[in-house]
Amino acid sequence: MNRLKSVVLLVFAILAFGHSIPLKAEDLVSLLQPLGSSDFAGKSAAIAAIAGSGSPRASIVLQALNDGKLLVSKADRRMVILDGAEVTDAATGAAIPVVDRSALEKVGINNKLRRDLRVALGNLTLLSPDPTKRRQAAEALLKSRDPSAISSLDSALTVETDDRVKQTLTIARAAILLAGERPDVLKIAAIDTIRSHGGRDAVSLLTGPAAQNDPVGAAARRALEQIEAELKLWNAVQNLVYGLSLGSVLFLAAIGLAITFGVMGVINMAHGEMVMIGAYVAFVIQQLIAASAPTLGELSILLAIPLAFLLCGLLGIGIERSLIRFLYGRPLETLLATFGLSLVLQQAVRSIFGPTNREVATPTWMSGSVELGQLTLTINRLSIIVFALAIFVVLLLVLRFTRFGLQVRAVTQNREMAAAMGIPTGRIDALTFGLGSGIAGMAGVALSQIDNVSPNLGQAYIIDSFLVVVFGGVGNLFGTLVASLILGGLNKLLEPIAGAVLGKILLLVFVVLFIQRRPRGLFPLKGRAVEA
Amino acid sequence: MAATRTHIPLRLWLCLSVLVLLAVIVPVLNLLTPPEHSLHVPTYVVSLLGKYLCFAILAVSVDLIWGYCGLLSLGQGAFFALGGYAMGVYLVRQIGSRGVYANPELPDFMVFLNWTELPWYWWGFDHFSFAVAAVVIVPALLAFVFGWFAFRSRVSGVYFSIITQALTYALMLAFFRNDMGFGGNNGLTDFKDILGFSLQSDATRLGLFILTCLALAAVLLICVAITSSRFGLVLIAIRDAENRARFLGYRVETYKVVVFTISAAMAGLAGALYVPQVGIINPGEFAPANSIESVIWVSVGGRGTLVGPIIGAVLVNFGKSWFTAAFPEFWLFVLGGLFICVTLFLPRGLLGVTESLFRRSWSMPRRSVAASTPEAAE
Repeated sequence: MNRLKSVVLLVFAILAFGHSIPLKAEDLVSLLQPLGSSDFAGKSAAIAAIAGSGSPRASIVLQALNDGKLLVSKADRRMVILDGAEVTDAATGAAIPVVDRSALEKVGINNKLRRDLRVALGNLTLLSPDPTKRRQAAEALLKSRDPSAISSLDSALTVETDDRVKQTLTIARAAILLAGERPDVLKIAAIDTIRSHGGRDAVSLLTGPAAQNDPVGAAARRALEQIEAELKLWNAVQNLVYGLSLGSVLFLAAIGLAITFGVMGVINMAHGEMVMIGAYVAFVIQQLIAASAPTLGELSILLAIPLAFLLCGLLGIGIERSLIRFLYGRPLETLLATFGLSLVLQQAVRSIFGPTNREVATPTWMSGSVELGQLTLTINRLSIIVFALAIFVVLLLVLRFTRFGLQVRAVTQNREMAAAMGIPTGRIDALTFGLGSGIAGMAGVALSQIDNVSPNLGQAYIIDSFLVVVFGGVGNLFGTLVASLILGGLNKLLEPIAGAVLGKILLLVFVVLFIQRRPRGLFPLKGRAVEA
Repeated sequence: MAATRTHIPLRLWLCLSVLVLLAVIVPVLNLLTPPEHSLHVPTYVVSLLGKYLCFAILAVSVDLIWGYCGLLSLGQGAFFALGGYAMGVYLVRQIGSRGVYANPELPDFMVFLNWTELPWYWWGFDHFSFAVAAVVIVPALLAFVFGWFAFRSRVSGVYFSIITQALTYALMLAFFRNDMGFGGNNGLTDFKDILGFSLQSDATRLGLFILTCLALAAVLLICVAITSSRFGLVLIAIRDAENRARFLGYRVETYKVVVFTISAAMAGLAGALYVPQVGIINPGEFAPANSIESVIWVSVGGRGTLVGPIIGAVLVNFGKSWFTAAFPEFWLFVLGGLFICVTLFLPRGLLGVTESLFRRSWSMPRRSVAASTPEAAE
């Protein structure tokens, strides 16, 4: 108890000094002096004094001492830190230009001092003003479960203000209690603390004690069961989120295909290559901006989105006018011709940019991740979900509320009648194809953030996109959305059970069987147009 | 367009004669001329020709369903590869204890994977007759089950194309897995002999070549018999006006399933002849692109002509061999351009073009078998 009190006092002292009146460099010099002597008891006292001094240099000096980088000048007993070839003054951190290495001698330490140093350093980092450093120190303790650290943990807990750091500190304390020789009551309380925290770390902390055949073991087993149940729930949520993410990717890749298939009844096998070209647009824009205006580098991806839409859209219109328009009424031939086109585009990109993967950098505002309970969500995945949703809404609005959308819907439902009403079906076809291709291009920009940009990028998505389209039904935005979410969700659900490849196979089998039951997809187009 | 039943067109006779001639002349030139002679056919060319002819069988099987029944299967390569795997399994069993691990019971890759016994689906493949039966029956069975489900629920047009593509894609993924028991990524290779004849010897290679010629001729004759029969006429009716055929009382599904199954068996046979000649079968053969490529052979030669696909398969694959050696960068441009140009400008293929040229120059009305308006107004 006495020891605890002294530690608490020490902490208050550190806080009082450390945060209000920083120690002057001269004071640190005098505190450092005993380290240069050969008296180990004096050194031990000096370490405690330095740790308690609150000087910002304290942890640097102690770390240097620990690493054997603290040296003392033979002439004036001045303490210096030798890091590689650089020599700095230990007390001030000022560089010392010319020093004869032979004029310095190393400050010796023994095992007891090493122990003192570890505790002192742990305390210092646990009390560091930077919360991430405090958390790292707590996590290190959680791993090492060093019993000697328990008092410093206690003292750190009393002053900790950051909730997350506090949580880690509590867990680390419980883990140390559990690992050491303590009464069962304390241990069971520690198990309770760990259980309330949950997570995978908790499972690994408790599996050891759970093997014991005593009240502690029983408590650990009970706690483990509860944690496993919780984890299962979080797992399900995680899979759901992953499914949502994959679903949004599938949606982005497939929606353009669904539009062109819906309106023109043609399968565009070169659709995947539009996605690929979109990704290359992102790459080229990034290179151009890096070369001409590096300050805008963070925004290159935003610039690439409209440019990819324009380029791929124009390319799409070109393809429709020069190729597909001659093949109307022959969907199977269109399939073959567009497959040929996809080969040509792939090879063209391979010839221009080379067969290797190109990297599109993720802007800083899109990197990193958000933690939500036991979930970790990367921001670029979240951005893609949002982007997919935005495209869905915009498309929905365009198709529902614009003149172009009205005409597209008319042509989808009944081409002849639409033509008879004076709708220029040829132009609508070209524009729709352009729209579908443009969206594919934007999808490519999005995919460049999560996938390799290579000439084969489109191939990876094309079969999945087809499945989404036939699964969802033709010419129906909601069908495509629902289908991509279902397929994405199922894929991620099957993956942990059956493995990635088998899961994919099962999914393919599922879609094939589904097509047998409902040959026109989830949301079939009704009416006379169906059999045309 | 009426189809003739009794009349077998000139081009078929020509094609059959060429096949028989090839089966005779190529071995003769290989064996009887000295290597430095200008007419000498080296053994590697014999194997290459044999490979082309295997692809020709595959092309004919595609033409049977696409040209005559309007079913564009983008998964025909799956049946080809299944037949190939059936033959490959037999060939692996023939290795016996000559493998790297010298295990008389298990193939090398199973020893490598620490398997202790042969999986049940490898049983029986020690016997050649069993393997030959499997070569035809396994693809046919898959096609029957798949077709039965697909056609009964009236999956047609591009939907059929897409799910057949999904089928071959799924099989490719499955065969890439080591657990599948067919050598995973590496497939089956290092074959030693077939029926006791070494696969490395020239005589065996010539024998396989002759066999391939004869098999192609047989497949061609069977297809002609089918397409010029009453059954074949119904197929053409289904191709041109499916609903009308159905309303006339034909069970469209049954016709489709039967022809799809026959075609799958033929593709399996092609795969089985292909594997001993190239010496390897791996999951790459299931790649959807391979299946689509076989469709373009048919397009190039002339859809619905049976002879055309043979010409197309040989020409395109010859082009592929030549280009990938001389200008590897350009092959995909050429292949892609071929897809585009043939569908845009040569909807009836090379054979269609030559035929209309003949007709124009001789101004002689001739009846042709099938094919002229692939998509009819419904």
